[in-house]
Amino acid sequence: MDELTRLTAAELAERIRTREVSAVEVTRAHLDRIAAVDDTVHAFLHVAGESALESASLVDASLDAGTAPASPLAGVPLALKDVFTTTDMPTTAGSRILEGWRPPYDATVTSRLRAAGITILGKTNMDEFAMGSSTEYSAYGPTRNPWDTARVPGGSGGGSAASLAAFEAPLAIGTDTGGSIRQPAAFTGTVGVKPTYGGVSRYGLIACASSLDQAGPCARTVLDAALLHEVIGGYDPMDSTSIDAPVPSVVEAARSGATGDLTGVRVGVVREMGGEGYQPGVQASYEAALRRLEKLGAELVEVSCPHFQYGMAAYYLILPSEVSSNLARFDAMRYGLRVDSGAGAEEVMAATREAGFGPEVKRRIILGTYALSAGYYDAYYGQAQKVRTLIARDFAAAYAKADVLVSPTTPTTAFPIGEKVDDPLAMYLNDLATIPTNLAGTAGISVPTGLADGLPVGLQVMAPALGEAAMYRVAAAYEAARDAEDGGPLIHRVPEVTA
Amino acid sequence: MSAPTLVDFDEVVERFDPTLGLEVHVELNTNTKMFCGCPTEFGAEPNTQVCPVCLGLPGALPVVNRTAVESAIRIGLALNCSIAPWGRFARKNYFYPDMPKNFQTSQYDEPIAVDGWLDVELEDGSTVRVEIERAHMEEDTGKSLHVGGATGRIHGAEYSLLDYNRAGVPLIEIVTKTIPGTGARAPEVARAYVTALRDLLRALGVSDVRMEQGSLRCDVNLSLAPKGSGELGTRTETKNVNSLRSVERAVRHEMSRQAGVLLDGGAIVQETRHFEEQGGTTRAGRRKETSEDYRYFPEPDLTPIAPSAAWVEELRATLPELPWERRRRITGEWGLSPEELRDLVNAGALDLVEATVAAGAPAGEARSWWVAYLSQQANTRGVELAALPITPEQVARVIALVGSGELNNKLARQVVDGVLAGEGSPDDVVAARGLVVVSDEGALVAAVDEALAAQPDVVEKIRGGKVQAAGAIVGAVMKATGGKADAKRVRELILERA
Repeated sequence: MDELTRLTAAELAERIRTREVSAVEVTRAHLDRIAAVDDTVHAFLHVAGESALESASLVDASLDAGTAPASPLAGVPLALKDVFTTTDMPTTAGSRILEGWRPPYDATVTSRLRAAGITILGKTNMDEFAMGSSTEYSAYGPTRNPWDTARVPGGSGGGSAASLAAFEAPLAIGTDTGGSIRQPAAFTGTVGVKPTYGGVSRYGLIACASSLDQAGPCARTVLDAALLHEVIGGYDPMDSTSIDAPVPSVVEAARSGATGDLTGVRVGVVREMGGEGYQPGVQASYEAALRRLEKLGAELVEVSCPHFQYGMAAYYLILPSEVSSNLARFDAMRYGLRVDSGAGAEEVMAATREAGFGPEVKRRIILGTYALSAGYYDAYYGQAQKVRTLIARDFAAAYAKADVLVSPTTPTTAFPIGEKVDDPLAMYLNDLATIPTNLAGTAGISVPTGLADGLPVGLQVMAPALGEAAMYRVAAAYEAARDAEDGGPLIHRVPEVTA
Repeated sequence: MSAPTLVDFDEVVERFDPTLGLEVHVELNTNTKMFCGCPTEFGAEPNTQVCPVCLGLPGALPVVNRTAVESAIRIGLALNCSIAPWGRFARKNYFYPDMPKNFQTSQYDEPIAVDGWLDVELEDGSTVRVEIERAHMEEDTGKSLHVGGATGRIHGAEYSLLDYNRAGVPLIEIVTKTIPGTGARAPEVARAYVTALRDLLRALGVSDVRMEQGSLRCDVNLSLAPKGSGELGTRTETKNVNSLRSVERAVRHEMSRQAGVLLDGGAIVQETRHFEEQGGTTRAGRRKETSEDYRYFPEPDLTPIAPSAAWVEELRATLPELPWERRRRITGEWGLSPEELRDLVNAGALDLVEATVAAGAPAGEARSWWVAYLSQQANTRGVELAALPITPEQVARVIALVGSGELNNKLARQVVDGVLAGEGSPDDVVAARGLVVVSDEGALVAAVDEALAAQPDVVEKIRGGKVQAAGAIVGAVMKATGGKADAKRVRELILERA
């Protein structure tokens, strides 16, 4: 493996900036790595080698000409979840129904990455339309977890997380609707951030559930995630739900956190998260993390969020309802797959949707259509919205007592491919600890704590809306202390990928 | 289905009470669409005014057009509605190829304006108050053209063409409460309401209100109940009513048709019907096997519309003089009868006359020019009065030249003809054609004397007391002066000098 692929994004950016290495060399190293391991990992649905090298050479030319770097990450390669539109690459959202679709416009996140001089290596695999927790629901085959290629990398953003853990990319972008960034981060020993709802533009992000979807950074370190967060975050007039406020100073927070002192920081331990239903190894790793936070000077306070137990139920009413409407547009009339059944428009629509959507997507469309039906709306969608309000209140009360909240990111470590694919309820439980944050529109990060039975475990740090600075500070402090004691980052213990 | 028995209108109103309800869709004339920056111009090449948002491409998101919200609020205020301080858009979900997202973004249970009224004046000068239930914002759909097949509908068509230029154009839907008690005047009330609404929207400047282009569309709800029963019958909703005359005809036809069904012992089916322009009849739309369930829910891609009280008041201050206020003022100031005012309105001359008066002309003359001579010219050319190439200021100038005696009426018409022919301003035409009344008394006297000398027999008659014989001499003088003489003065001179 080329040494360049082992470096963090911050280190790569520094070497590119000082011309110790060219952006093209960095990109080429990663493309070589992808060529070597991705047949096994299958993190990518599309690798854009040529355009990546071209974009890297533009960064080199600009730096050689003495121009200041376009951003602190100029020249660093990145893996983009295949749910963001890109004019120069196909965009499928992991679905057969969009196979080969070439969008005529770039997502705001895509444009911001390009403007920052970040090199997009390609598009990463995902559960179809971001529905799933294992990437097994991708229409293009599962992604494998570099820690154990018989296991899933989590989902829906399994491709993005696995590309980091397999050293195919130092940075990635994910989207998190119920945990799709944080759960794969936990499963792959990487860092994943779900920003405050509205913190990153959704324009050009193919919707799963509009009121829950949030794009965010994925990386191998907290600092790298923070650097990427500041590139993609901020107000976008094309997204009415984006927040018109400055991006929290997360890079500064990550740097100051890395000095290791959390004196005066109140860390809320959510009573309802952890314990029963959590794998013993996960629980042990979590408890050790709590002790470490305490040692760093943080004050641990127990908080109670009694309505979190209804989060899963509310989520699986709100999400399918929005999905059923958002995915109505895939009707063969304007783009994507078209199954010409020879009959009228309605028949073409039905045949196309039958052939183009996978089982999980269909399940959720049917659920949502039912939940929104006349006579059921109040009992299902209406009631779920009330639960959502109660969960937001639980968070508000907890944040009155604590600066950040913590929990295990997931109840278990990565599970074997095929184990839960036919058991939707077991699959849904993966997101037990991450869903409340999406329902409340607040922020969360997952950082690696260690291994349980040889597989990574994640610590979730949560913060109130636009409170990301505190979250990054705690995560960075924890990461620094953990890595110091462990003799290096957890990710360096990932076994080499073998076919 | 057997042909319906139509009942004579007089018998209908003898035996039934009609109840009306009118839903009007208005396309706003904003420069851009409801949720994106695409232009809204009518008649562009198909699918040239589209973008990722109005095509509903994956990932695209809507952003509310502020001007459309302003127009909606101004319409609400002009209709005496309350403006909701907070409201969300909703999604109305159904599949149809001309709707790019397969849901329409619309306001559902949280409309921007509620509970208003519009006073509608009828032919005889009486007024009916129509209660407004709501006015809400939504986006228009694209247009489908179904090719092949007998009906021009999607079913049975060989193929369909889709044009998304109209998709996302802002619409306001204005819904009345039920309008009871109109009896035999139901058709007239329906037409008068749509007319009044059209005039109001035009005065507000928020829409082109052209029914023939579909920028104002009316759905007519009608039900009948046994006379005096106080009940509410089952209603039908008639769509495709594309002119004011059709509104009236659709109501009249539905009354006769429904009465026929009821008197035959049948029951009215609650259904959507289509107005057939040619015969003035309605036909049933396609029956749906199941009732449509639109699965409304709040649009999660948009934030709520929350107009502040200050903004609403600011918009209230921008309301122009509304049609009924203007009518009241004009009849007072110009001393017009309601009939005279109606003639002006029907001739499309009200704005023009008012502008002419504003340019300094007396109301009576301004009115007479526009309604008489200029209306004739417009008819001859087959154009709207307002489309004539003459401005109210130019008409006022001509009137002023007549008033000062520089032109007589005949010359004035020639000046107007010159302006219409593109020869420039009235003064340009006067100068170029040399159209000035001969006011040189000496020249006039000479012309009169010459004419008298040429016709001694006529002079004899005049001297003999046959004053009317002077007309022949007047004609000769006018001919000799090229029509530039003041005929009245010529007559005086003839009588003096004969």
